[in-house]
Amino acid sequence: MDEFVTTQRGTTRRDFLKAGGALVVSFSVPGCAVDGAARSAAALPVAGAAWPATVDGNALDSWLRIGADGSVTASVGKIEAGMGISTAFTQVVAEELDVPIGRVTIVMGDTATTVDQRGTGGSNGIMDGGSALRRAAAEGRAALLSLASARLGVPAAELRVRDGVVYAANDESKRVSYGELIGGRTFDVRVSDKPKFKDARDYRVMGQPVPRLDIPPKVVGEYRYIGDFSMPGMLHARVVRPPEAGASVVSIDESAKLPGLVRVVRRGNFVAVVCEREEQAIEAASKLRVEWSKPAPMFWTGYDGLYELLRTEKPRVTKEEGGRGDVEAALKMGARVVEARYEYPFQSHASMGPACAVADVRDGGAVVWFGGQKPYPMRHALADLLKLPAEKVRVVWMPGPGSYGMNDADDCAADAALIAQAVGRPVRVQYMRADGTGWDPKGPPVTFRMRAGVSSDNSVFAWDYEARGFSGRVRNNGTEQAGDTLAGQLAGGFKAKNSDWPQFPAESYGFPNVRKVSHTIDWNRSMPTGLRTAHLRDPDGMSTCFASESFADELAYATKMDPVEFRLRYITDAREAAAVKAVAGKAGWEKRVGPNPRSGRIATGRGIAYAPRNRSVVAIVASVEVDLQTGQYRVTRFTCAHDCGFVVNPSNLRGTIEANLIQAMSRARHEAVRFDEKRVLSVDWITYPIVDMTEVPDAIDLVILNNRPEARSLGAGEPASRPVAAAIANALFDATGVRLRRCPLTPESLLAGLKA
Amino acid sequence: MPQVIEFTLNGERARVEAEPNTPLLYVLRNDLGSLAPKFGCGLGQCGACTVHLDGTAIRSCATPVSSAANAKVTTLQGLAPMPGTLHAVQQAFIDEQAAQCGYCINGWIMTAAALLESNPRATDEDIRKGLSGLKCRCGTHMSILRAVKLAAGRMAAERKA
Repeated sequence: MDEFVTTQRGTTRRDFLKAGGALVVSFSVPGCAVDGAARSAAALPVAGAAWPATVDGNALDSWLRIGADGSVTASVGKIEAGMGISTAFTQVVAEELDVPIGRVTIVMGDTATTVDQRGTGGSNGIMDGGSALRRAAAEGRAALLSLASARLGVPAAELRVRDGVVYAANDESKRVSYGELIGGRTFDVRVSDKPKFKDARDYRVMGQPVPRLDIPPKVVGEYRYIGDFSMPGMLHARVVRPPEAGASVVSIDESAKLPGLVRVVRRGNFVAVVCEREEQAIEAASKLRVEWSKPAPMFWTGYDGLYELLRTEKPRVTKEEGGRGDVEAALKMGARVVEARYEYPFQSHASMGPACAVADVRDGGAVVWFGGQKPYPMRHALADLLKLPAEKVRVVWMPGPGSYGMNDADDCAADAALIAQAVGRPVRVQYMRADGTGWDPKGPPVTFRMRAGVSSDNSVFAWDYEARGFSGRVRNNGTEQAGDTLAGQLAGGFKAKNSDWPQFPAESYGFPNVRKVSHTIDWNRSMPTGLRTAHLRDPDGMSTCFASESFADELAYATKMDPVEFRLRYITDAREAAAVKAVAGKAGWEKRVGPNPRSGRIATGRGIAYAPRNRSVVAIVASVEVDLQTGQYRVTRFTCAHDCGFVVNPSNLRGTIEANLIQAMSRARHEAVRFDEKRVLSVDWITYPIVDMTEVPDAIDLVILNNRPEARSLGAGEPASRPVAAAIANALFDATGVRLRRCPLTPESLLAGLKA
Repeated sequence: MPQVIEFTLNGERARVEAEPNTPLLYVLRNDLGSLAPKFGCGLGQCGACTVHLDGTAIRSCATPVSSAANAKVTTLQGLAPMPGTLHAVQQAFIDEQAAQCGYCINGWIMTAAALLESNPRATDEDIRKGLSGLKCRCGTHMSILRAVKLAAGRMAAERKA
């Protein structure tokens, strides 16, 4: 087992932090492009120009440029979602090229200049983006050594590189810098599949806790987000959404004089106001008189009604995977059948700021700046929406105000493009809070029925998993068609790329008879509303794991086993078992069967849950403290064992895991989108409450496993979210004997259970 | 009717012509190019727009520009005691790597700086309660809490010295 922070070759965390401090004073921020808004207007891309259909991923020049001053610009088809990946990318490039970190700038997410890697999603930033950059940098290094060999008359094998300077191993006076070798010129080299990588034993910056390059500008207010971007002659717009789900525009009364109003834009049921100033647009949106139709109610009377529908409606699609044996026959033969149902609600991305986008659509072309994760498919959706060829559309990513999947960013980009096309001037659309929380695509609701067959000697021999839910993959892997956007759906006339995606857990329990069935219910009915669904961080992961790992705990109790022992008895994968053992050890797990004996008003408990995710493995122990009189509770400590292979930046990983756990705790405890039959009622932070500083744990303890340079780096952006709801529910059971089977796990439901 | 309103912004005189009820946030961002305070909710619920008005942390999205007339407005970009230096809270946020997307960070640093100014001996509980009105959607709370405690300790040590 590898403990968390390790230092190599005498480089301490403190030294790196000093380096971070030095960066602040100079305000020079290599490693990440933060100055989008500061770029002079002349340098901005112009609408009407044509850009390459695609940036050639096989050409080294698409990934790497070296300036005459030796500066290195590396481009990648990913984005920074706030987990520090731009710093990790900088480390990858600096390592393979042997240049100082401060000399590397990373360019991300511009469809005209970076290779289409579909953007960020599925925790694939390091796996796909990092590995592509590593390959390019290794190829670049080889090309530079070959140039140096010719220049210096020394065989490449006898050359060494230090800080971007190539020299002869046996005569350091023979030297030439990268800038001198190629500065400002192109490589004209193809990237091969298997370039010669640096030996991991020689790593100097990979694996080190290099301080994030984006944090100094963030703490002094100099980091530029999409909301900070502006351009000359820009107008301000706000959208006006239907007041009830499914309502259409009957008429718009434009007779009222609204200060600064330039135009009311309407396309079908898409309505927006455009004004000279921002506050004027806000006022105009609230005062514009739109008459809407009164459609029949589209939603349900709260969650009881919704879950009833999910349980009973005939599914659109049914899928089965990973089964073995004969579950039905086994359940009939068993001494006991244990059964439980679980429910997981709609949840909002509720990003810290509602989305913003700027669009300039003129002269037969479009440039759109936005904060979403996938600019490359977005380009095609916008071309579809604007009826322009893709070559005439450029999408430029800028950092967004939080992300967590397919939030409202893509919709906002489409709105801005549609409005800018109508007015012929650059337009900035800033969503209001209600447009963000009320209208972002939601994580989907799912209900589960779990059954198990238990023999008379208390061994589990059948496991029956059945999920019934809305598909969470409405925009499978990106917004790619106009009909995938809210603007396209409200305007009408566009086709959406519908997809049904099943919901399965992935734990390796080796029960002899297993059935896993996932039914997708007709989620399509909620398409043009605030309850349409899309990826929310670790799509379906929290819900499926809540069901399967809560049920595993219930089976441990039913079979008179300690929850950790139960898992270790049935887990078949060695890395999964190692994570469970590691987290139990670190947490100081006390074995017991059934709930912790209570005494007094305050009860304590601990619960475990684990999950694999795309080869990463996470196991979590949550410790809780419960006030038995009020049901109020707090997670006092999380312990997390995390195996994502080789860690490029351990300090980034710690920040990413901690934030994952806290966000997931918020989702598990507080979050369910409220609605009535006609509309979404969660529109701000009062009606969609999230975690507060007073309730966060006293400590989060981590055990990092398998962190070896030769172990492939795996994803970490989402996995730690997955087991959190189950771990908390299991801890609450341990503390109180009350089993909560519906998320969110509120104090009110716990109190109701205590009184029952 | 638009009015001329003057105030001090990060030590320099600022003069704007605006409707007096315009939220201070839009005037700072759109008229004065001061982009550190962010639009998070426009409802005073999240704190991303926090600035100091005569030393008090306020939500600029819910404060009319007229209430800044002849007052001293400080943003995150003017928080440091001198140009090129950092406030103790800013330094602590770097040392603890306390940011994910960072969009809310303005609110946490500005609120924490005002909190530690008014309560130099803030305990863990004081800090948690004092920062409880702020939102961070990424879930950066653990490192933020460590950073504010680190800054509190350093500021207390400096006062003793």
